Amino acid sequence: MAKYKACIGLEMHCEISETNTKVFSSAANTYSDVPNSNIRPVDMAFPGTLPVVNKEAVRKSIMASLILGCKQPEYMYFERKNYYYPDLPKGYQITQETKPIPVGIYGKLTFDCNGEQKTVRINNLHLEEDAASADHTGSYSTIDYNRAGVPLLELVTEPDLRSAEEAVNFLETMRAIYQYAGISEADSKKGQIRCDVNVSIMDEDKDDTNLENYGTKIEIKNVNSFGGVRDAINYEIERQIELKEDGKYDEMEQQTRRWDEESGTTIYMRSKVDAIDYKYFVEPNIPKFRIDPAWVEKIKSEIPELPMERLEKYQEQFGLSAYDANILVKEKEVSDYFEECIKLGIDAKSASNWITTRILGHINKENLQMREIYITPAMLKDLIEMVSSNQISSKQAKDLFYKVLEDKKEPKVLAKELGMEQIASDEELRSIIVKILDANEENIKKYKEGRTNVLDYFVGQVMKETRGKANPALTSSILIEEIGKR
Amino acid sequence: MSYMDKGIKELHEALINKKVTSRELIEESIRKSHEVQEKCNAFVTILDDAKEQEVTDNLLSGIPFGMKDNYSTKGILTTGSSNTLKDYVPFFDATAVEKLKEAHAVMVNKTVMDEFGMGGSGITGHTGIVRNPWDVTRMSAGSSAGSAVAVASGVYPYATGSDTGDSIRKPAAYCGIVGYKPTYGMISRYGLFPFASSLDHCGCLTRSVEDAAIVVDQMKGIDKNDMTTWDSKDIHLYENLTKEVKGKKLCYIKEICDIKNYPNPKEELVLHLENFMKTIELCKNLGMDVEEVSVDQTLLDAEPSVYVVISCAEATSNMSNLTGFIFGPRGEGNTWMEMMKDYRTKGFCSLIKRRFIIGSYVLQKENKDRYFHNAQRVRRLLVDTWKDLFKTYDAVILPVGSGPAKKLEGEEKSSDRESEILEEHLQIGNFGGFPSITIPNGFVHGLPVGVNITGNCYDDQNVLNIAYALESEMGYKGQTVKEVK
Repeated sequence: MAKYKACIGLEMHCEISETNTKVFSSAANTYSDVPNSNIRPVDMAFPGTLPVVNKEAVRKSIMASLILGCKQPEYMYFERKNYYYPDLPKGYQITQETKPIPVGIYGKLTFDCNGEQKTVRINNLHLEEDAASADHTGSYSTIDYNRAGVPLLELVTEPDLRSAEEAVNFLETMRAIYQYAGISEADSKKGQIRCDVNVSIMDEDKDDTNLENYGTKIEIKNVNSFGGVRDAINYEIERQIELKEDGKYDEMEQQTRRWDEESGTTIYMRSKVDAIDYKYFVEPNIPKFRIDPAWVEKIKSEIPELPMERLEKYQEQFGLSAYDANILVKEKEVSDYFEECIKLGIDAKSASNWITTRILGHINKENLQMREIYITPAMLKDLIEMVSSNQISSKQAKDLFYKVLEDKKEPKVLAKELGMEQIASDEELRSIIVKILDANEENIKKYKEGRTNVLDYFVGQVMKETRGKANPALTSSILIEEIGKR
Repeated sequence: MSYMDKGIKELHEALINKKVTSRELIEESIRKSHEVQEKCNAFVTILDDAKEQEVTDNLLSGIPFGMKDNYSTKGILTTGSSNTLKDYVPFFDATAVEKLKEAHAVMVNKTVMDEFGMGGSGITGHTGIVRNPWDVTRMSAGSSAGSAVAVASGVYPYATGSDTGDSIRKPAAYCGIVGYKPTYGMISRYGLFPFASSLDHCGCLTRSVEDAAIVVDQMKGIDKNDMTTWDSKDIHLYENLTKEVKGKKLCYIKEICDIKNYPNPKEELVLHLENFMKTIELCKNLGMDVEEVSVDQTLLDAEPSVYVVISCAEATSNMSNLTGFIFGPRGEGNTWMEMMKDYRTKGFCSLIKRRFIIGSYVLQKENKDRYFHNAQRVRRLLVDTWKDLFKTYDAVILPVGSGPAKKLEGEEKSSDRESEILEEHLQIGNFGGFPSITIPNGFVHGLPVGVNITGNCYDDQNVLNIAYALESEMGYKGQTVKEVK
């Protein structure tokens, strides 16, 4: 790879999940497992049905356009992209092309890639409708029109990404933005995010600001997970390098390939010569409408706090490390959880530690969503306070945490039930310690001879005796005091 | 005593005064439907079980009417006169249908049209040729063929129509009745099978301007399901009809109306244009100023092609939903592509297929600018030219077609090319979305001919008033068919 650099561009499709209805239809915009339950006549293209633009979907797409620093159009147009496919009931998709301009053009996004700031230029952002979903089963196919007409934002970047790592970090940043802005759940498990990837390579020393130096663009269609994006890009870079080394790269034609998850390879679909002519024209049933600059300003003022802003706040205001802050902001639900902890008065570092280690560890292990976890920020607060007030030890706190998740009971209640209370009374501990010391003359002698590690042995004995309930710091200090007396 | 040849107001009074019942009107209308079906083949469906409706204050209540077969009617076969939808029963009503139902109007039949509104002859419907009731060897014109034939034959006082090029206004002229297409977006298109969305209009065919005003008053209105509709609640066409048109300014276009423009005119063209000039004199007698204006001949010559390019392009896209998968008879084949091809090959008439090919061709990347975008530009120029005229004139008045209804067979085509603009100029009303009405203005060789009045957008009242005044001077108001042969 050292001899070459990759030029990667992305087309990221993300469903707008946070509108009540679909983009041109009054059917509910809800994910449903029951096929064909969220449909209106227009979603199946019954003759005479007409599209009606969902203003909220336009509002959200303008918000995304603003966040990406894009230019918004003076007038909004939609266009028809004409092609036949069974999952496309009208025989055309209502979308936006670059002329007349779509909801956003020429923006950029700066994102973090393993501690480095990278910037990618956004060519355009457009609002369109999703197709139905088709399942092919042996000799027949089934079509579910629930997805037909769901609003979809397509973001097209310039080929500014240089590695699979950068591409995935960019996508993760975008996903976080969509979540934070209340535009989409951006859940790839629900098929809400889909990507097409463009890859070409050039010699490492060539100038990538000169378009002439770019290699032949290969488009990889329908990559449906971030892991898939990573693997597809890496595979394609390797494949192209091999062609280059064999001197065959320059004869390679511009083509569209498909990512095959099973084999982990990209497979040839069609060459540019066979590219479909979509016969775009302006959708006549949606009159062009003016985007009032005052409305755009209002939308701008309504953009919620975004991950980049929280990232900065977490580091500068709360003194968290860049590493921890990045983990916290990556998923909005996680960050919201953290924010709630702060609101409840939990120390930021303590909250961050609990979330980044215990909570996320548990979520990842059990493959859960943040919202599914039983322990609330208020419960976490109780747990942390039990430790700081010496009620329980941190070892106990860790055990209690898992027990809370397991039994789904509040920490306070459970601690009581389990008799999990720390012995922090001087009197009580002292009597236990005196008893232990009385039975260990030999070890006291060793300690006094300078073998200070014997102290750990005594602490261990106290813990054993109290079944871990002894406050470790208090235990040590009483031990030292009592040994000194002898 | 027959009622179905009367106007809406008269029928309403008869119902209110209990001289006749809704049931009796329906029975007469259905009986006449069967007679006209026998003679002219005007209907896809006759609703023999049509139910009488309560007679209310609404002028349309209890009165039978006909529905063009491209309006979706809930629970009633709606074919668009196409084999591709020969068994299609919609499960929702078009908005205009709902509005007529709200008025307690009684739909008694669904009328034959040119397949999906494409074609102006009345001969491409899947149930066969529609014949002109004045002379069954002649065309009714189309696409609202059955509607025009039925209204002219006195089956009922009105029928709905749709108009993409001249599909209401041309058959109205050929059948000697009134055809009115209001301003684009005044009547919702929701539920109307589309042909070319930017040109499609709903409207009606009647035997008087008054009835046209009454019917459109009921059909119009802003609709949340059609973004191109606009609020017309302050427009009351019928209430504001007046014959006070003194001082109104009209113009006609020299390049279209002057017989000298047609080097080898047929006799009927000569007579038609002479008759038109008589109508112009009548306008002057009514106190209107009428002037001859000139429009760039090159622009006019381009008009028919502009219509073909735009309408075919939109049509090919609009009808891509017809695949035979969700509705329509499923085609045969091993793959979805084969099944779809089979369905479309068998289902569409050759004229439509030809138009789909033109539509696809003009939208192809390499042709789009030369054809589609240029057509859009010329459309804009034509609309601007007409809008300029409307700065000076209340309306443009022009003859409809080059004469009376054409023969179904054996018509010589020698002068067709020459008089093309006469046949096609009504399409400019669709380019601009202008309100446009055709009324009968006499006879050529015993066959009816018509005159058209077109005004600026939202100026429907003015257009109707001019037509209303003129109609009252001519004596063809309320006419039904008198068979020529």
